Amino acid sequence: MRYGFKFWRKLFRRKITLLGALLLTMIILMALLAPVIAPYDPMKINPIERLQNPNQTHWFGTDNFGRDIFSRIVYGARISVLSGFGVVIFSVVFGVVLGALSGYFDNLGIFIMRFIDVVMAFPPLMLALALMAILGQGLVNVIIAVGAVYLTRTARITYGLTLKIKKDAFIEAAVAEGASNKRILFLHIIPNLLSPIIVQATFTFAFALLEMAALDFLGVGIPPQIPSWGNMLSSSQVYITRAPWLIFFPGLFIVITVLSFNLFGDALRDRLDPKFKDLV
Amino acid sequence: MWVYTFRRLLTIIPTLLVASIIIFSFMHLMPGDPAAVMLGTNATPEQVERLRTQMGLNRPIYIQFLTWIRGAFVGDLGESIFFQSPVMSVIRSRAETSILIAFFSMILILTIGVPVGVISAVKNNTPLDQFSMGFAMLAASIPTFWLGLNLMIIFSVNLGWLPSSGFPSVIESGNLMNLKYLILPCLTLAAPNSALIIRLTRSSMLDVMSEEYVKTARAKGLKESEVVIKHIFRNAIISVVSALGFTFIALLSGTVVTETVFSLPGVGSLVVQSVLRRDYPVIQGVIFVVVILYVLINLLTDLSYGFLDPRITYD
Repeated sequence: MRYGFKFWRKLFRRKITLLGALLLTMIILMALLAPVIAPYDPMKINPIERLQNPNQTHWFGTDNFGRDIFSRIVYGARISVLSGFGVVIFSVVFGVVLGALSGYFDNLGIFIMRFIDVVMAFPPLMLALALMAILGQGLVNVIIAVGAVYLTRTARITYGLTLKIKKDAFIEAAVAEGASNKRILFLHIIPNLLSPIIVQATFTFAFALLEMAALDFLGVGIPPQIPSWGNMLSSSQVYITRAPWLIFFPGLFIVITVLSFNLFGDALRDRLDPKFKDLV
Repeated sequence: MWVYTFRRLLTIIPTLLVASIIIFSFMHLMPGDPAAVMLGTNATPEQVERLRTQMGLNRPIYIQFLTWIRGAFVGDLGESIFFQSPVMSVIRSRAETSILIAFFSMILILTIGVPVGVISAVKNNTPLDQFSMGFAMLAASIPTFWLGLNLMIIFSVNLGWLPSSGFPSVIESGNLMNLKYLILPCLTLAAPNSALIIRLTRSSMLDVMSEEYVKTARAKGLKESEVVIKHIFRNAIISVVSALGFTFIALLSGTVVTETVFSLPGVGSLVVQSVLRRDYPVIQGVIFVVVILYVLINLLTDLSYGFLDPRITYD
């Protein structure tokens, strides 16, 4: 308990980290409490109030269907946070298993890591686009496509860390005790990699958010009727001269969310495990 | 050196082979008949069958792969379904825009990223350092398309200084003034990518600054500028060069969005349009060309280490 308190106190000693954590909390609360926070129904069409400037009743203005932008952004936070977590879970689960197996079993590692290195030669967005062309539009498909891109990075890091850690004395001791490979991997190696994996997960969240927003913007991500921030930007392009606020506010919230994850990830990396700093 | 180059060239073969298998499998991973998917719901069974025969989809999968890979390595990437012309010529017609954007963006990234990183390291822990690190963090958090749209609102819509979209070919018209169409796209693409170079330059400069030989250089009474440029910067630059391959990949990823935002006729926007049109041969072809470029850039980067740092030998 005492260690936990000291850890958080040290983590938040830098004001910029505190700012990152506050912004992050704000976005997560916004996503969780969307029905309470949003003043209007995000899907309600109101042609009389279309393309209104930001004002007292509509803080961020309205879109071409008269829908309240602030309410759509609040609900959009749900999609962003949900899909971001989806990508993190997908890439961490598969990335850690593949990376740990490759690092622990040398013969397997040669093949898996070679394959992963080749996949990393593909531009991330082009690969995600190609996968979306195969899978088709949809929230789950976006998570799979972007998750598949980022699992390679998690696997690479886990591989490097496993190679490093498997030479430690406590692993040798476990082998000498006759522990099975499964036990060594899942009870000794992977739990010891948690710190750098958590750090990597925060960066994955930030990158994934940018990538998913780009897919939505390009019209191949989440179906356009769902108010994701990327979709809102995509449909607003034609009003760039008439209603620039349609572009400004959704993008601003993407920046805030990504920035908060980057700030938090940076601080976590510095604090959690300095010996693995170079690898993450 | 020559032996190393030869060995390094040999390592490219399995990489390209695995990449080819992945790229080839794109078309065969989609659910249903690829020919029917590509032609859409309005296609007649005859049209689907004709395309299947034309693309060799009736043949065994390994024959299809061998035919594709043999063609790919001699520049035949198949026929575009939408353009009804060879994929290679479609890519070639779009290459000028993307090459120019990537080239000018890379120059911008290096001219912004390296000096800012050096200054940030030299002025470590000062407000200037914090400001540049803050800028780098912010730049890395901005979606490319949002930055592009905002630049367009400011410089094209409000100020009217620069064109907002399109790019008339410089090669065809011979008019270098057309390059002004690429100013906003290049700025858009360079901003997030320069963040990586700033951070990388700064951290490798800081690593080198704590080395003993730097203290010796200062103790000898060398001028600070000489210590920074000759002793610190020269040794720190190698990690920046090693990131060029990665930056190139990030740039190509960025062109997909940037070219779409600014309606530029490049390879990036071609990929997006091809995904929307389900023109798989074009998607496969572009990704194959990009992977080859990436592999070659990484090879050149590896070979450049010896020139940058004489301590590195290729034994």
